[in-house]
Amino acid sequence: MTDRDVIIRVRGLRNQFGAQVVHDNLDLDVRRGEIIGIVGGSGTGKSVLMRSIIGLQEPAAGTIEIHGRSTASLSERDAKELRRTWGVLFQNGALFTSLTVAENVQVPLREYYRMDDHLLDEIAAFKIAMVGLDRDAGPKYPSDLSGGMRKRAGLARALALDPSILFLDEPTAGLDPIGATAIDDLVRQLQQTLGLTVFLITHDLDTLHSVCDRVAVLADKRVITVGTIDELLAYPHPWVQEYFKGPRGRAALQIAGGADTSGHGEGG
Amino acid sequence: MTQAALTGLRIETAGDETRVCIVGPLTVREAGIAYDRLAALTPSPAMTIDLGEADTIDTIGAWLVYRFLRDWRVAGVRARYANATPEQEKLIEQARINDAPCEVRPREANPVVRQLAEIGRATVAITDRFGALLAFLGLVLARLALQLARPWRIRWTSLSHHMEQVGLKALPIVGLMSFLIGLVLVQQGAYQLRRFGAEIFVVDMIGIATLRELGVLLTAIMVAGRSGSAFTAQIGTMKLTEEVDAMRTIGLDPIDTLVLPRLLALVILMPLLVFYASMVAIAGGMVFGWLSLDIPVDTFFTRVRTVVTMDDFLVGMIKAPVFGMVIAVAGCFEGMQVAGDAASVGERTTISVVESIFMVIVFDAFFAVFFTTIGM
Repeated sequence: MTDRDVIIRVRGLRNQFGAQVVHDNLDLDVRRGEIIGIVGGSGTGKSVLMRSIIGLQEPAAGTIEIHGRSTASLSERDAKELRRTWGVLFQNGALFTSLTVAENVQVPLREYYRMDDHLLDEIAAFKIAMVGLDRDAGPKYPSDLSGGMRKRAGLARALALDPSILFLDEPTAGLDPIGATAIDDLVRQLQQTLGLTVFLITHDLDTLHSVCDRVAVLADKRVITVGTIDELLAYPHPWVQEYFKGPRGRAALQIAGGADTSGHGEGG
Repeated sequence: MTQAALTGLRIETAGDETRVCIVGPLTVREAGIAYDRLAALTPSPAMTIDLGEADTIDTIGAWLVYRFLRDWRVAGVRARYANATPEQEKLIEQARINDAPCEVRPREANPVVRQLAEIGRATVAITDRFGALLAFLGLVLARLALQLARPWRIRWTSLSHHMEQVGLKALPIVGLMSFLIGLVLVQQGAYQLRRFGAEIFVVDMIGIATLRELGVLLTAIMVAGRSGSAFTAQIGTMKLTEEVDAMRTIGLDPIDTLVLPRLLALVILMPLLVFYASMVAIAGGMVFGWLSLDIPVDTFFTRVRTVVTMDDFLVGMIKAPVFGMVIAVAGCFEGMQVAGDAASVGERTTISVVESIFMVIVFDAFFAVFFTTIGM
């Protein structure tokens, strides 16, 4: 693996809150163009890891490189430029409640670029359509949306600036299985058409099986292993075994196996 | 860097065909200028957007290519793009699939209609709220009567906790405020009364005004801001996290567990706070009189004892528990009205403070008429 292929490189990361150490000496590489799933038990710091990478959480030690540049010593301007290259979907969408969906999508565009109002409206409509929202969702306020629609709207805002990295924090949490599957498909499809790198935190085993190229497992304050699901199935750590071979893990594995064969059938 | 360099657009004309060559990147960064320049073109019978020299194109660049070709075609122009890579074609195809214009803001009605609708909505809302408040008051009074009939069911732990919060912890701020108000009042009063040589009457003024009106009003306002708002926020948050619903399912009555302890705490402590505030305000006046007006402390005392009657004291003390109740009921009522999202907590807290201060002043006016009528 050459350096060019690594888009996010985390080395020796340490995060702590008071005396409680969340991460210690954590290493992680995210490759360009892959969907990497982050799993781990509750409280293992999945969200903290994401927040460290996107600069919302100052790490106690360690380095984080994105596009080959360390995030620690950036000028304000460079930091802003770097932030432009990623989009973040927070767990509950984190839409601005005082703005409509379309206006939410326009916020990053207005912040970074000057363009005609007519073009802004067109781009907002285009992004809203791209994440599969109905056209009448545009003028609605976030409080009028269902959970699934809110996630899609959050995704549209995250995609507004055409980022190269997309961070998703539990995109399917709190959705019904149909909505969750639709979000999984959408992430896959967007990643393929736009060539995104996706950093995906999830608890959802179906999402892991159907969407992720590789999965990183957080345990014992670090990333204990990264690999495809097949590789993880053979990994001897008890938590990994329990996670993927427990009743839920087995069920998801069977479903994914079935889906895979039918997928190959269509492809061939 | 000039605009032209930012977006490489080269326009070549051959016969009736215009070729727009995109040179370099066409991304969200260049979109604003590219849009302005493409929109300024007068389309000739045949338009071609040539992507042969373009390097990076993102979805927004692809959208621009697609939407101008679409507009030109609608205007009857033969429009096409040329020399696109397969990836660029895929992005332009994405733009075509997702061409679904939508409204950005909700449609706004005619301003006159909107104004009228607003007035109607507000009227209904105010009437509804007043009805709901009365219903809540009735419910609280009924539960209160039940509980007072069976005093062992009063939640003493909760009551003492709230008494500490609304009473003991309010002492420093209420004291400081009262002291300063007393001081300022005497200073301003003395300045006016001096012109009539009647400086000594500031003692009458501070004594009577504080006990009858100022002590109780200022304390009520401070308590509404400090404790009424806290009641709304606490109960509102518990409603959002479904704690109130959980209580109901377990068989705990939220009025008994949440509202009554707060109400009793305020009703018991308001008279004490008002008495304390009045005394501190008079002390503030006394300190100013002694330091700046040369009114000796013992003269001040004797004068207060002769001019201030028991009625003055009672007027304040009778009003205090009523105001406490008004504040507690408004605070708890608004807390119970919280629904939806966290923003509603803030909204309700503001309403609760405004509402309780307003109602305290309305009640104060009623009391003034009442006490005058009965000659107190």
